[in-house]
Amino acid sequence: MATYAAPVPQVAAHKVEREKESWTSWITTTDHKRIGIMYMVTTFVFFCLGGIEALMIRLQLGAPNNTLVTPTTYNQLFTMHGTTMVFLFIVPFMAGLGNYFLPLMIGARDMAFPRLNALSYWLLLAGGIVFYASIFWNPPEAGWVSFVPLANATYSPSGGEDAWIYLIHLTGISSLVGAINFYATIANMRTRGMSWGRLPLFVWTILTYSVLLIIALPVVAGAVTMLLTERHFGTHFFDPAEGGSPILWQHLFWFFGHPEVYIMVLPGFGVISEVLPVFGRKPIFGYKAIAASTVAIAFLGFLTWAHHMFTAPIPEAILVFVMLSSYFIAVPTGVKILNWVATLWRGTVEFRTPLLFCVGAISIFLIGGLSGVFLATFPIDWQLNETYFVVAHLHFVLMGGAVMPIFAAIYYWFPKVTGRMLSEGLGRLSFALMFLGILTTFLIQHVIGLDGMPRRVYEYNNVGHLHLYNLISTVGSFIIAAGVLATIVNVLHSLKKGTVAGPDPWRANTLEWFTTSPPPVNNFDVLPLVRSSEPMKDIRREVERRTLGPAPGSGATVPAGARQVGV
Amino acid sequence: MGHILQTSLAFFTPESGGSPNANQIDSLYKITLTIALIIFVLVEGGLIYALIRFRAKKGAVPAQIHGNTRLEIGWTVAAAVILVALAILTFTKLSSIENPPNSGPNGSSLSANIEDDYASIDKKLPPNGKSLEIQVIGRQYIWQYVYPGATEKDELGAPYSYEKMVVPTNTTVTLNIVSSDVVHSWWIPELGGKFQAVPGYHNYTWFKISKPGLYRGQCAVLCGRGHARMIAAVEAVPPAQFEEWLSRQKTEIAEANAAAKEARAKLSKETGPGQVENP
Repeated sequence: MATYAAPVPQVAAHKVEREKESWTSWITTTDHKRIGIMYMVTTFVFFCLGGIEALMIRLQLGAPNNTLVTPTTYNQLFTMHGTTMVFLFIVPFMAGLGNYFLPLMIGARDMAFPRLNALSYWLLLAGGIVFYASIFWNPPEAGWVSFVPLANATYSPSGGEDAWIYLIHLTGISSLVGAINFYATIANMRTRGMSWGRLPLFVWTILTYSVLLIIALPVVAGAVTMLLTERHFGTHFFDPAEGGSPILWQHLFWFFGHPEVYIMVLPGFGVISEVLPVFGRKPIFGYKAIAASTVAIAFLGFLTWAHHMFTAPIPEAILVFVMLSSYFIAVPTGVKILNWVATLWRGTVEFRTPLLFCVGAISIFLIGGLSGVFLATFPIDWQLNETYFVVAHLHFVLMGGAVMPIFAAIYYWFPKVTGRMLSEGLGRLSFALMFLGILTTFLIQHVIGLDGMPRRVYEYNNVGHLHLYNLISTVGSFIIAAGVLATIVNVLHSLKKGTVAGPDPWRANTLEWFTTSPPPVNNFDVLPLVRSSEPMKDIRREVERRTLGPAPGSGATVPAGARQVGV
Repeated sequence: MGHILQTSLAFFTPESGGSPNANQIDSLYKITLTIALIIFVLVEGGLIYALIRFRAKKGAVPAQIHGNTRLEIGWTVAAAVILVALAILTFTKLSSIENPPNSGPNGSSLSANIEDDYASIDKKLPPNGKSLEIQVIGRQYIWQYVYPGATEKDELGAPYSYEKMVVPTNTTVTLNIVSSDVVHSWWIPELGGKFQAVPGYHNYTWFKISKPGLYRGQCAVLCGRGHARMIAAVEAVPPAQFEEWLSRQKTEIAEANAAAKEARAKLSKETGPGQVENP
């Protein structure tokens, strides 16, 4: 652990008792930090389950005409994998990060509605349990998009599809309640001086994430309710024989499904925007442009859903409109990437693990963003749609936009949550394995798709070099798994044995580093007035000036609650 | 290793070569790929340069810059300009991808004027209005193709085939894609893009093959447990051979129907009334 010559500000005293460490105190808690930890631990377990499903998929595809799993099991595996990663890992893990850090970053003592916050978590867990209980009977097998008529009672009679519907409902209500809570907290509970223009960029992305959830979730909730009544109560929303339309499902699902992509990646962008300035030792380049591009991406994200439907029978005017709106969304996304590069430019970059994961995330997301331009061009999409090219694209987007930033967040904020540092060596190993693994697994999948292999097939013939390409991808997936395992080992080891972190080990910029690690129940006794978007920098400068400066008593006071420690 | 690299590069473009629309998609793809690679190298290069050049060193002081409005407006406009250029490029290529050409002079004479039974704005026909229209029916888990030559109303009595479609070379073939159960997607990579077969809807595409041969593909939308085995093939043969195949197919189907009718009648006699459908 590096030591710094500069004085470290620290909160003075805490009059509030620590919460008891019994299991009942955990299941009855309404403390945002404990709920945040429960969110993150639960969703990480689901991440591991989804990862095991992915490895089984890759094992099956490692050889042509493989018979490791049956076609039915294979369909169940990719349905579970996709649904788990989207609804039980990325979206709720972001909610966990938001839960823990958002109140700390804006200087609040808790979320606006602590009990609703607990409800969000328990609904999420209920959704996960309902969904995973289906593996003891019949798991769903119609894909995470559950296209009708395949998902209706005629073609998917098993209860697995209903488990999928209830998962969407339960996690949906969980996210909706959570989103309203985030919005209310940000709107009302910012500390003195924390104006909208000083809001940490991670908080901006959680705000946008919340608005997206509030708009998009009711649509998918309506769609799956229609599917439920179609399956059990004889309605005909999607049945062409009775005047319904299967295309209606595609529209409703993707009206939610596309904003869902931004729901997943925007908080990841927020993490990158927090971590880069800390380790580049330089303010974020273009704070306003980054905050504005977040909002612009969210708005445009509602106009592009039909680019998932370029091969469906829909009028050409829609194809053209959606191609242009999808191109348009590349502009604010590109702006963000350039702002991040400019943030590192002329800084002094310290290569700690959180920074490595962020830089890796940008590189990987860049590939996913560029392959998105091919898919947005509808004549090209006619060739690439529903092939492994799309699988590669979405994994580059989500690995770069969400998974790598989540790992950056784990390394960046673990000291705050536990009071201990993660091992740098294991962290670097984990980064190197995950980065190389992602490139090995997914780059080659572009080629697999271009060679004509559709997604969601359990077997293929060894035409051309398909066996070799698939084998490379399978090897890559196990490299990713090894990287994830390194972080799991790191976390378990460092919980007890890690170096003690202290309140502000990174010399970071935002208010969560002002309090102790882990923070007390009330977060802060007192907080200084926020004067910029980097309040900790101001506080450190003030303490430094007070300690080392020439003339005490020049009018300025040490921020209330800040106490200097040894030089 | 060199071999792997070479094949990778050769395969880093979509399949093409069977039909003009596939070739046009391929060329649009290659232009987009070039632009994307240039952007990738510039951005990734800038990122790597920044990481190496500005890594923390003793005595290095980070510049406290908060932004540069001119630069930021500059790169926003540049990104928009690239995308506008790409959109214009796509529109110039679009008609050659979407609109079928006339059949060649040596194409099949079975090409007929296509009458539209239903109004459709998205059904594209060659300039002279003549094409060989084949109906593609998706069903779990086999493709059926219905050729022109119906002897009764509502396309009944038309020759058909399963899995392998036989078509004449140098002839514009228009496909009318439908589904009889769940959503499927018709796709032969070398013959152009894929199109969903959706119950209750018609979807259209076309191809025109100059080189006789077998072109393979498979269903591209998850349609159930047998999805991976819902394969498709298009065999292009000279027009004369096609016409011969089609009439043979017609005869064989008629013979098979007659034989089946006979067998049903026989079975009905043995099992008593009401046991056999359409005796």
